[in-house]
Amino acid sequence: MLFAESVFASRFHITPHDLEAWLSAALSQGGDYADLYFEYLLTSSISIDESIVKSATQGVSMGVGVRVIAGERTGYAYSDDLSPEKIRKAARVAACIAAAPAKVEKVDLQEGVRHNLYPVLLAPTETAFAQRVELVKRADRAARAYDPRVFQVQAFYADNLRHVLVATSDGVLSGDRQPLARLSVSALARREGAPPQSGRSGGGGRVELDYFLTDHPPERFASEAAREAVAMLDAVDAPAGETTVVLGPGWPGILLHEAVGHGLEADFNRKGFSSFTGRIGQKVASELCTVVDDGTIASRRGSLNVDDEGHPTQRNVLIENGILRGYLQDRLSSAVMRAEPTGSGRRESYAHIPMPRMTNTFMLAGESQPEDIIRSVSKGIYCKNFGGGQVDITSGNFVFSASESYLIEDGRLTRPVRNATLIGNGPEALKYVSMVGNDLRLDEGVGICGKEGQSVPVGVGIPTIRIDRMTVGGTA
Amino acid sequence: VTGDCLPDLARDVVKRALASGATGAECTIAEGDEFSANIRMREVESIKEAGSRAAGLRILIGKKTGASYTSDLSPDGISLLLKSALELAAVTSEDPHAGLPDPEELGSLPGDLGLYSADLETLETPVRIEAARQAEAAALEADPRISNSEGASFDSHLGRHIFANSHGFSGEYRSSYCSVAVAPVAKDGDSMERDHWYSLSRGFAGLESPAEVGRTAARRALRRLHPVKVETQRVPVVFEPTAARSLLDNLFEAVHGMSIYRHESFLAGMLGEKVANEDVTVIDDATIPGLFGASPFDDEGVPSRRTVVIDRGVLKNYLLNTYTARKLGMKTTGNASRGLTGNAGIGHGNFFLQAGVQTPERILSGVSNGFYVTELMGFGVNIVTGDYSRGAAGLWIRGGELAFPVSEVTIAGNLKDMLLGLEAVGSDLEFRGSVAAPTLKIGEMTVGGK
Repeated sequence: MLFAESVFASRFHITPHDLEAWLSAALSQGGDYADLYFEYLLTSSISIDESIVKSATQGVSMGVGVRVIAGERTGYAYSDDLSPEKIRKAARVAACIAAAPAKVEKVDLQEGVRHNLYPVLLAPTETAFAQRVELVKRADRAARAYDPRVFQVQAFYADNLRHVLVATSDGVLSGDRQPLARLSVSALARREGAPPQSGRSGGGGRVELDYFLTDHPPERFASEAAREAVAMLDAVDAPAGETTVVLGPGWPGILLHEAVGHGLEADFNRKGFSSFTGRIGQKVASELCTVVDDGTIASRRGSLNVDDEGHPTQRNVLIENGILRGYLQDRLSSAVMRAEPTGSGRRESYAHIPMPRMTNTFMLAGESQPEDIIRSVSKGIYCKNFGGGQVDITSGNFVFSASESYLIEDGRLTRPVRNATLIGNGPEALKYVSMVGNDLRLDEGVGICGKEGQSVPVGVGIPTIRIDRMTVGGTA
Repeated sequence: VTGDCLPDLARDVVKRALASGATGAECTIAEGDEFSANIRMREVESIKEAGSRAAGLRILIGKKTGASYTSDLSPDGISLLLKSALELAAVTSEDPHAGLPDPEELGSLPGDLGLYSADLETLETPVRIEAARQAEAAALEADPRISNSEGASFDSHLGRHIFANSHGFSGEYRSSYCSVAVAPVAKDGDSMERDHWYSLSRGFAGLESPAEVGRTAARRALRRLHPVKVETQRVPVVFEPTAARSLLDNLFEAVHGMSIYRHESFLAGMLGEKVANEDVTVIDDATIPGLFGASPFDDEGVPSRRTVVIDRGVLKNYLLNTYTARKLGMKTTGNASRGLTGNAGIGHGNFFLQAGVQTPERILSGVSNGFYVTELMGFGVNIVTGDYSRGAAGLWIRGGELAFPVSEVTIAGNLKDMLLGLEAVGSDLEFRGSVAAPTLKIGEMTVGGK
């Protein structure tokens, strides 16, 4: 989007000259670099519970963050008022914090080329509310219709439209209009005399509302949530201790996000406390594993035309045939480490300092047939769906929680098992990957990643893989 | 709009909503100043400073609701706020239980709850930076193996919360907090471990010595070096207070009114029944002055109170807002909580497990072979079934003493059994936030390892 067409030019009457003047103000006390991040965010959400549309909310928030970097020091101030005097004040506050010998002469902003990954004409946020309400109602009906044992259904739909503008003292001027929508469904099923079980599903992306009206209708997510809840009614206790684990395709890619993704974010490595620090060029996975982080996949939840520092996103190879290749960089870390930027500088909002983050993280497909992978296991578990995960960057230990998994006995899926956490160590876990399927799938588009108090939308993906050894936290 | 007009603005928004056709309205305005300084390896890494404010509106037209929020408090922004909420009430459903609290339930606790400390208003930036610097320096100097640091921070927040509704409630309170925290990294050979410690207070004067915070953090990181992955086994598990607190987080989810009416909790339908060992008493109390969970009224304008949730092992009360109380045919417990807008959810005040009589040393001495958990990881708790499976790290207990560090293991069980099997409650209850628990011992859980 051209600056002149942006909401910041048309509605707030900001000119490139203003931006240059504010950047100069930010650098008036010295510093190597400054940037401005403008955000104008429209959000809506709708929820249904007990077949009643109980809430609908819409809101607007806006603001600007001003950052000044001097060496490894950052000064940051923000304002939720986009008047020139408040922006100048934020620039002065950030300038004082990062005061240093002056280095930047003059700022000359140029609009660069960038991707057009989500050519959404009418964002879901801009459509009639009644149409979106229909999505949660349809989800509710479909989940209840799936099976008489389903007795509680909740569906939640949320979308937002984020207008951003980044101007930097390096001369970058970059605007973007970022639509995002998702639909989530949860269902509870019960059988006489037994406790209820839950199931969840959902999906979305940087898409038009049509996405939910054609290939990804509410019924698809609703029946998936209901199916999982009903399937879990037969669950037996999960095994405890080390066993062979097969991950199904798609969302189980959260393994990669936790096991390697976070540990490869450059800030942790620049500071030397990631378990992956200093391991570039070393073997950290079996040669079957190639892991990439790609912010350029059309319409995906984790994709961005430009990162939140104005740099175009790109496809970054993290692990290639088992060898660690690179880190995910933001502006600050790439400058200090003298590395190429990777388009990975992201932030939750104008009130947050950017840092290296993932976009869509996945493992490339291998050559095995998924059914051969399952058939190869005499005793183990197959994990089809997961809840969240977490990692300790320093020790490398990570967990992720299976929400739907099955025992594998003599090469066949037998009984569903109760929720269990899987635990492993980042630089070690993928060394035990012995088969990689040809069925790479990306997740449906509901992922949220938290780091140091900041949440950003992300995607993950993986083909079916076999891990010879991993600890499963069951009770049996 | 200047700060002093905000309560008037809230009342005015409510009045205009009624004039535009709403039959009920609730307006929340929040204002805050945040400051954050990060130090790493003795240098200032970042400083952030800013203020913000925003308003939220929820309206009812009969039994239908609509909600909106804005960070634009200009006349245009407020007009849009009203229009947005009114428009949404047309698309939501009739909900027979929707509504504001009854007028006689509204009110605010009298007296000073000690939520705000003015010393933070004038605290100079160099003093704030120095607190973080001292904390990190003390950690780095504690031992040569503390050779790196994730950094130390000083954070503060001054906030103001304003609420008005169409039953005539209008109230506000200020609150403040500051914290100093440090996360040192210990390294020895090929073993690298981090841990952290912190102090949190309503005002600067109440913070613990930053140097002491730093030394504690260093001790915690050092004791984790060279961990062992133990064999899979069933043993007694003792939770350090920081880890025990997470069990209270799980219990809160299980007595949350929403989970109860939806049958989404293993404690649904269990009122009056024995759900825990008789040494277990759990209380939610938002009236204790100075503590982090105190407030004069909840987010629907209902006065805060003390609610006994579990009394000597027997489940006595759920935590409710007006909506969930009506669904269950009960009275609100004053636990309504929400951000700026939307239907009220449920929050806790000071939610804690009452201290017992045994010292932590005494509890450990009774364990010949067991696991002392100092950190839990991940989200493997299913409140619907009570199934519990989380990543854990800590120290192994041998012959009543802490013997060696353990990591990359899981602990698993079911919350129902864990509460009933909670066989020892420590005397070391301490509030480091709004949820607190002393050292707790559970008779037996599965530790998943090799």
